Order: sequence, then C-alpha cells, then structure tokens
Amino acid sequence: MSAITTVCKRELRSYFATPVAYVFIVIFLVLSSAFTFYLGNFYERGQADLLPFFSFLPWLYLFLVPAVSMRLWSEERKSGTIELLLTLPITMWQAVMGKFLAAWAFIGIALALTFPLWITVNYLGDPDNGVIFASYLGAWLMSGAFLAIGSCISAATRNQVVAFILTVVACFVLVMAGFPLVLDAFRSWAPQALVDAIASLSFLTHFASISKGVIDLRDLLYFVLMIGFWLYASAIVIDLKKAD
Amino acid sequence: MIETHALGKRYGDLVAVDGISFKVEPGQVLGFLGPNGAGKSTTMKMIAGFLAPTSGSAKVCGFDVETQPIEAKRVVGYLPEGAPSYGEMSVRQFLGFIADVRNIPGNMRSKRFDDAVGRLNLEGVLEQPIETLSKGFKRRVGLAQAILHDPKVLILDEPTDGLDPNQKHEVRTLINAMARDKTIIVSTHVLEEVHAVCSRAIIIAKGRVLADATPAELEARSRYYQAVSLTAADTKAAKEALSRVADVAAIEVDAQDGRITAFPKPGKQIFIAVNQVLQERNIVVRELALEGGRLDEVFRTITQGRAQEAQA
Repeated sequence: MSAITTVCKRELRSYFATPVAYVFIVIFLVLSSAFTFYLGNFYERGQADLLPFFSFLPWLYLFLVPAVSMRLWSEERKSGTIELLLTLPITMWQAVMGKFLAAWAFIGIALALTFPLWITVNYLGDPDNGVIFASYLGAWLMSGAFLAIGSCISAATRNQVVAFILTVVACFVLVMAGFPLVLDAFRSWAPQALVDAIASLSFLTHFASISKGVIDLRDLLYFVLMIGFWLYASAIVIDLKKAD
Repeated sequence: MIETHALGKRYGDLVAVDGISFKVEPGQVLGFLGPNGAGKSTTMKMIAGFLAPTSGSAKVCGFDVETQPIEAKRVVGYLPEGAPSYGEMSVRQFLGFIADVRNIPGNMRSKRFDDAVGRLNLEGVLEQPIETLSKGFKRRVGLAQAILHDPKVLILDEPTDGLDPNQKHEVRTLINAMARDKTIIVSTHVLEEVHAVCSRAIIIAKGRVLADATPAELEARSRYYQAVSLTAADTKAAKEALSRVADVAAIEVDAQDGRITAFPKPGKQIFIAVNQVLQERNIVVRELALEGGRLDEVFRTITQGRAQEAQA
C-alpha cells in the first residue's frame, strides 16, 4: 500500500474516532437544508433544481471547511506527532497529500450525504441531473481549494483557533475576489491588469459556471491549480516551521 | 552505524549544535548527556531526519540523512522526546499504522508485532485508546513503535523520562537486550542510566562535545575516584593518621556525621596505605569504604566549568 493511502486512511479514521466528524456532518446537513428550504425558497421557486442549495454552499463552506482544515497540521505540531510522522520513511509530499486527501474525502462524504435533496428534486419534478452532477463535482473541487488553503495556514501555527480564523479570512477574500468589496481595495492603486487577475481568482465566478452545468476545462484547472499551489505552499511552510 | 561530521544547526543567530562529530558502531550504546538545552535533542532530530542540518553531515548505515532521507529513515527507529503518538488510536491500530507506513511484509508483520508488544508488555492494553493510557504505557507504546521494524539503528530521546523505577529498569533491560546487534543512541539526564545501559558516553553542552569516553573513564575523572571514606570513633586521631599517608592530597570531614574522606593524588591509590596506617595506630573504624567515581560530580565539573569559562 502506498504511503499516501496509509497516511490518508489513518487520518480519515481519526476523524471518526472522535465526535468531531459526526458533529460536523450533522451541522453541515442541517445548515445546508435550512439554507436551501428557508433562505433559498426551494418550494416557492417552483423549479426542480438544486440552485438554492449550491448557491449557499460556498458560504457554508466558508465556515465549515476551515473547521476541518484547522487541525490538519497544527494538531500534529502541538502534540508532537509531526516529529513521528516526518521521521517515518515517507516524503513530505506524501504526508501533505495523504492528510489533505483524508480531509477532502471527509468533506466529500458530508457532501454526498446531501443526496436526499437530489432525490427530492427528482421526486418533485424533472431536473437536469447532468447539471446537478456537475454542481456536485464543482462543489467538491471548491471545497478542496478551501482545504488546501486551510492546510497551509494550519501548518503555520500550532494554535487551531488562529488557524481557523485566518483560514476563514483568506477564503472569504478569495470567494469575494470578483466583487467590489475586494476589488475596490485594489482599484485605487493597482493597475487594471492586476485587478483583473484578482477578479479572475474568485471562487464564486468559477464555481458559478460549473454549477450552471458548464464544465469548462479552465474552471476545473483553476481549482486543481489552486489545490496544487496551496499544498506545495503547505509543504514549504511545514519545512520552515517544524523546528519551533 | 551512525556517523556525524561537524554536524551543526543554527536558528538565526542562535547556535543550537556547533559542529558535533562522532561515530557509533553496531553493538555500541552511546549515551548522550548534557544539561537541558545543550543540543542533545536537536542532534538526535537531525540524525533521525526531522531537522535539516545547517552545516556538516550525518550518515546512518551509510545513507546521508539529507540526500537519501527515505533510505536513512527506513533503517532508523526513532523515539522522539515525550514519545508522541496519535492519542485517539488504540495501541493495535497505532502499531498497525506504523507497520503499514514502514511496509513490513505480510509474513513478518504479526511476528514483528508480537515481538514488539511482548518486549514492552503491551498485551493488556492493545485495544485501549492511547490517550487513556498512563505515562509509562505511552512511553512504552513509543518504544514499541521505534523497534517494530527491527531497525539497525535506534535513536531514543529520553526513553525513561517519567517512568517509575520498575519501568525504568524494564526499559534499560530492553535496551541492553537489543544492544548486541544494533547501534543505539540514548539521551538522558539521569546519570545512573549511563552506567546501566551505555558503553560510551558523550557529554555535550552549548552544542559542543565536551567529553567522549566510556562511563568508567568518565568516573575516573572524578575527584572521588579511588578516594577512601571512613567513620572513626576518634575523628581527630583518624584525620591525623590519614594526613601521614604520602599519597593523600586532601582530607575532608563531613561536619554532620564526622565522615572523613581522603582524596588521593592524581593516579595514586591509597586504600592499602590508609588501611595500614589505621591498623598501626589502632584506630577503631566503624566503616571503611573505597569510593568509586561520581558521575554527577564529573558531569557538573565538565559542563559548568566550561560554562564559567565561556562567561569569563
């Protein structure tokens, strides 16, 4: 069995060894349904799709994904197990990847457990299941990007609360990157090219096109690159910070 | 085999390890001694491949820890300071995880598992979450993890810290039993341990090697080495008699219990001469003992002496 799988399995199992996993899943399911049915006017819209669910998902992720990612590395550092893990015959990349994949799989499980919503819309009407599938895929990819950012920030501190707050802020900026709230801060001084570049980093823009059912290679690539970049940064940060 | 060459680690301006070179052969147990913050743990972390050296190099079984990290880590069993482990896992799960990562082949797996569990008496707690175990058991789980793959090299950072005397004895017996064909480094600040397990001791302070010798050689550096202590009915007469012995360098009397200690001149033995002089003068002694060296005294002299020099 490869080292990544071994690390990933151990990590994923540890989520379910404590109540953390169950609390997270229950809260995720309750909140996502509440958003869909009450704020999203699921019934009143009279349309058989999951748009209300997916449009609130980024905001839910904004707070719940950092709660998963905050412990990824800061806990290893606090308990000292990072020393154990990194003196086992595995590479840094395998450790970073294994732990990330476990967290990603966990978010994936939580996401998959929203399947009753999918069944409901199919029962009530005749939705475009291709679009829904694409949206699920996009949502999962987006959660991966959130997690990778969280992994990097978690590697930088041994305090989980600090990791949580910083991750929320970082993710918020990236989610809102295409909106005036963030862009206005740059417009006054930065060249237009930079403003455009920042706008193109927006999670919401890329997620919106996927959840419309348009699977554009560029959107997929965006999330994949985002994950790759932040995981690479994680490995560097761990290397720099593991001594203290 | 472990070989370090001018191994060094600095954090910014702070020099934690300042060019340490040594070589340990299979069958040797090297004791790493030194005050807290001397650089013991940092050195071990570098050999175990956790920290990258900022200068010099370290090789384990011929593999350079920087250029061939995976090969080096494969032959090393490492117990980090404080014996960290994943608390929510049971002992069985945890050791299973280590066996997976270390790729212990299927046919060897249960044999290695049983061996490590047996050596550390973990049979009774296999299904318990590690976080619910006592400190002594946690330490033993850490040791089991380190020896699980039957490594050629063992690096144990304070393996007996926080154990009760019985557990300490067990761990020392374990180290001695494994010493025959392995290369072992043990760090400690319990000096009696050096006697019990180490075939060689290195004293480091402020990141430098201050002494590298066998425990016996270190003890021979003690002022107390070959000194004679006695308690006499007539302390004054006894003291007077001792001062007649040619090779006695100094005599001290304990103010509390009147115990007299005579220190020999360097390299001399005075026990027989002292005995003779006491008999000649018919001095009644209640107790007469030949002192061994005192490691703690040597340790203090070596580490503090240097520290004072550095300050001056």
